[in-house]
Amino acid sequence: MEPTLFRYIFAHSKAKQLILLGATLFSFPFLYMTLDLPKTIINEAIGGTDFPREVFGTSFEQVEFLLLLCMGFICLVFVNGGFKFWINVFKGQLGERMLRRLRYELFGRVLRFPLPHFRRISQGEIIAMITVEGEPLGGFFGDAFAGPAFQGGTLLTILIFMFVQDPILGLAAVALYPAQMYIIPKLQRRVNALAKQRVQAVRKLSERIGETVSGIQEIHSNDTSELELADFSSRVGLIFHIRYQIYRKKFFIKFLNNFLGQLTPFLFYSIGGYLVIAGDLTFGALVAILAAYKDLSGPWKELLRYYQTKEDARIKYEQLVEQFQPADMMDTELQRDEPDPLPQLRGSVIATNLVLEEEGGFKMVDGANLSFDGGHRMAIIGAGGAGRSGVAKILARLLAPTSGTVRIGDLNLASQPEAVTGRRIAYVDENAFLFSGTVAENLYYGLKHRPLRAADYTGNDKKDHEWFVDEAAASGNTVSDIKADWIDLDAAGVADAEGLTQRTLEVLRTVDLEDGVYRFGLNSPLDPVARPDLAGQILEARAVLRDRFEGDPALSKLVEPFDADRYNVNMTMAENLLFGTPIGDAFDLDNLGDNEYVRSILDKASLTNGILETGVKLASIMVELFQDVPADHEYFERFSFISAEQLPEFQQIVRRVDASGVEELNAEERSMLLSLPFRLIPARHRLGLIDDDMQDKLLNARRLFAEELPPGLRPSVAFFDAGEYNAAASVQDNILFGRLVYGRRQAEKNVGEAIEEVVNSLKLRRAILDLGLEAPVGIGGGRLTTGQRQQLGIARSLLKRPDILVLDGATAAMAPSVQDFIMKGIFEEMKGRGLIWVLNQIDQARLFDYAVVMESGKVLEQGSVSDLGRPGGWLERATAAE
Amino acid sequence: MFSKLDSAKLKLLAFASDYLTFDDGEVLFFEGEEADSAYLIDEGEVLICAGDAGHEMVVGTLGRHELFGEMAIFRNSPRVATIRAKGAVKVIQIEGDMFLRMVTENPDTALGVMQMLSDKIARTTERFEAVEEQVRSLQSISDAAHPCAPMPVPGGGER
Repeated sequence: MEPTLFRYIFAHSKAKQLILLGATLFSFPFLYMTLDLPKTIINEAIGGTDFPREVFGTSFEQVEFLLLLCMGFICLVFVNGGFKFWINVFKGQLGERMLRRLRYELFGRVLRFPLPHFRRISQGEIIAMITVEGEPLGGFFGDAFAGPAFQGGTLLTILIFMFVQDPILGLAAVALYPAQMYIIPKLQRRVNALAKQRVQAVRKLSERIGETVSGIQEIHSNDTSELELADFSSRVGLIFHIRYQIYRKKFFIKFLNNFLGQLTPFLFYSIGGYLVIAGDLTFGALVAILAAYKDLSGPWKELLRYYQTKEDARIKYEQLVEQFQPADMMDTELQRDEPDPLPQLRGSVIATNLVLEEEGGFKMVDGANLSFDGGHRMAIIGAGGAGRSGVAKILARLLAPTSGTVRIGDLNLASQPEAVTGRRIAYVDENAFLFSGTVAENLYYGLKHRPLRAADYTGNDKKDHEWFVDEAAASGNTVSDIKADWIDLDAAGVADAEGLTQRTLEVLRTVDLEDGVYRFGLNSPLDPVARPDLAGQILEARAVLRDRFEGDPALSKLVEPFDADRYNVNMTMAENLLFGTPIGDAFDLDNLGDNEYVRSILDKASLTNGILETGVKLASIMVELFQDVPADHEYFERFSFISAEQLPEFQQIVRRVDASGVEELNAEERSMLLSLPFRLIPARHRLGLIDDDMQDKLLNARRLFAEELPPGLRPSVAFFDAGEYNAAASVQDNILFGRLVYGRRQAEKNVGEAIEEVVNSLKLRRAILDLGLEAPVGIGGGRLTTGQRQQLGIARSLLKRPDILVLDGATAAMAPSVQDFIMKGIFEEMKGRGLIWVLNQIDQARLFDYAVVMESGKVLEQGSVSDLGRPGGWLERATAAE
Repeated sequence: MFSKLDSAKLKLLAFASDYLTFDDGEVLFFEGEEADSAYLIDEGEVLICAGDAGHEMVVGTLGRHELFGEMAIFRNSPRVATIRAKGAVKVIQIEGDMFLRMVTENPDTALGVMQMLSDKIARTTERFEAVEEQVRSLQSISDAAHPCAPMPVPGGGER
């Protein structure tokens, strides 16, 4: 990156800046005329005498002449405004393009940072620098040359005009400029220094906030919230202090400017007035000068502001460059080049004298030499910190060794572009990271290197797309289209999309994740409008399952189906009343009792009093059960209908009702009691509070609720309808169309199996797997367990069919039986290709062809496992020692 | 056991526990499983079974108001026996944490649990003695037949 801001601007926008400059200069004569014309109007048209006058061969009387000049004035105003408009838009476009280029370049650099650099620079800092700190630069880029040229030119034009009118007044107007030009930069330098400190302090603050979020668990488990608050306070305090200093200095500069600015009119009125009285200056000229002077202060202020912005931008830019210029950054070519054909990484792997030095000189890997035949299975053994992960990462070319080389076949790994290392080598460790998106997007992440099949654009989309491409090119961004199809089917060894899905499912079975994806599918919603066929089949599954229940009493005991004419004792009162899935917040089940429409239905169904009484009973039970439970006890959270804070209030209400009945309660208290029973589930809470009579009334209310629902609220609920697909509920809920009963432990398992049988018998499994593949994984894969994330990470690696697969703790979070299963599957998948596995259990090494034993960054033993495993060999001794 | 518990605590315990139903032959838990709760029988009976699957042997029966599964909670160890429903059974499943809290916070309940455990030990000892008696009588028969080859007494040690 160019070391200074102006070189950067010049390098990337020279031509545009010149155009802008040209346009600016071209606009000045018009500006001059706008200034000059009012004088002519006053002196010649209003105050003139010798009429008619000749203009372009036509003669004008006084009024006509006045109108002509006024029309001319309007035209000039229009032309000036037009220039300004064009210049501003051009400047804005230029600035935004430059900002886009800068951000792109910074982000591109982040992608080329050596991994250890991320320990020195925090996520928060990087984000702040690319987003917030870059922003003001955008405004400056467009103004860099044209800004001062325009303002300076305007100033000059006005000054020339003034000097032409009267040199003395002109002199008066600029008399104080030298003073300002001397003092202000001096003051500004101090502001600059402070601004620099502020940028750093804010950056540290964002770093600290990021750290707090990551370490939130430690804060809770160590009771250090006060410490963190104090730390935060001191940091924002520092920023406040710096800002306060800046304000004082900045506004002092402003004060000084204003003061000096106001001295000039003083000179005008006194000197100018005197000259008019003395007859040395026309009155019109003085008015014009005063008007011009009013216009003069604008550009002058703008010039001073430009100076301040320039200084600010310069500092920001220099700091960005400094942060984004780490030593040993990856060469652009290594990321850009794509050799054709792509060489394979086959043959023997020979690592010579590998050293990996940490910051501070600690050698994580210290002179490791290893060699093995690449098409085989190699185990790396060693304690944590023995350098095994360092070696694994070097072999995957994620870390560049401080010294030493890795050769695979006849290729030097260090000089291979990422197109080779990133496609021929796969690496997974325990932190298998998932990007937010769907399961499939994550699985295919390793197949998306370049756009392969252009997206289809028609009509307006095509135009928009072309515009986007042109703009990207104008800002030096890549023109690769994110909407194109990037999936490299060849790399996955398949011919088409269907082949890819088949292969994906095969890989998912290898990593034991197919069932998991099936479950994601079951728990996903389905849009029946987009997939009417599938929705129909799911309704069929619902019917088949219902038949199965009817034929199997043991099974039917486990589910209470939705039935419009029966109260479901395994659902809350709220769910029974709504009898559907809420869409949006209007009928949020947690607050259904407070809903106005619901209240009106309760009144109509003559239920209000009944529910109120139930509320009283429930409140008194809760008060009795929980009055002796400490307020911070988890039981409140888990079991109580009333929070610990609200308990005393309810206690009082219950006492008052006992003494004088519900009639004495005020509206708010009644409302509190009314909302209470909505969470009651008879089968779960077993309190016997909802008797048959009330159930009947609630069923009536359910009917009323649906019948009288105003059209405006209709989209807020998807009713349970035996013949309809419920778009708001998951596929599983649609098949089940009921609730698992409480108190039957095997319900979930047995019903799950019954659903699976039905799904299989209707050949729906594949469709549900497809849905599962389209299920979102959440931010950072948060909706998956750590084990599932690792499984997905391995599946992603297998899909791209690497020549070498490096696994380092990639199965750590899985159950041992799953680990064994996956290991066998991976062995099968990687047959004839290279597999490097950092092992935790030494005895597993016997399943490999080669083993390297590491200790303190050095290779302790290495060789074929048959050698190491011979009687008395290292492997036997180590296994015995373990 | 919980009779001494004041009624509010008892109700809270009942409210916060799961009320589970099992059909005849259904397993409540298997030997060797991790233990997370204790159980109190409300209706019906359960069988205590020992041995591997396929060689399962009923070693006892528990009935209404009897507590089981508490030992694994106290010892923080896996289940030592498999429990099966004998006919339809309804039990209250008390979470391990809640159970321990009940016992530690209420001396009367603790005493009740101790009495129950003591009863269990007494019953086991009686049964063990009966088994030992049988073994000894078998041994004397065996001794008479093979005077030089004493049969090992399972768990009985030397006497």
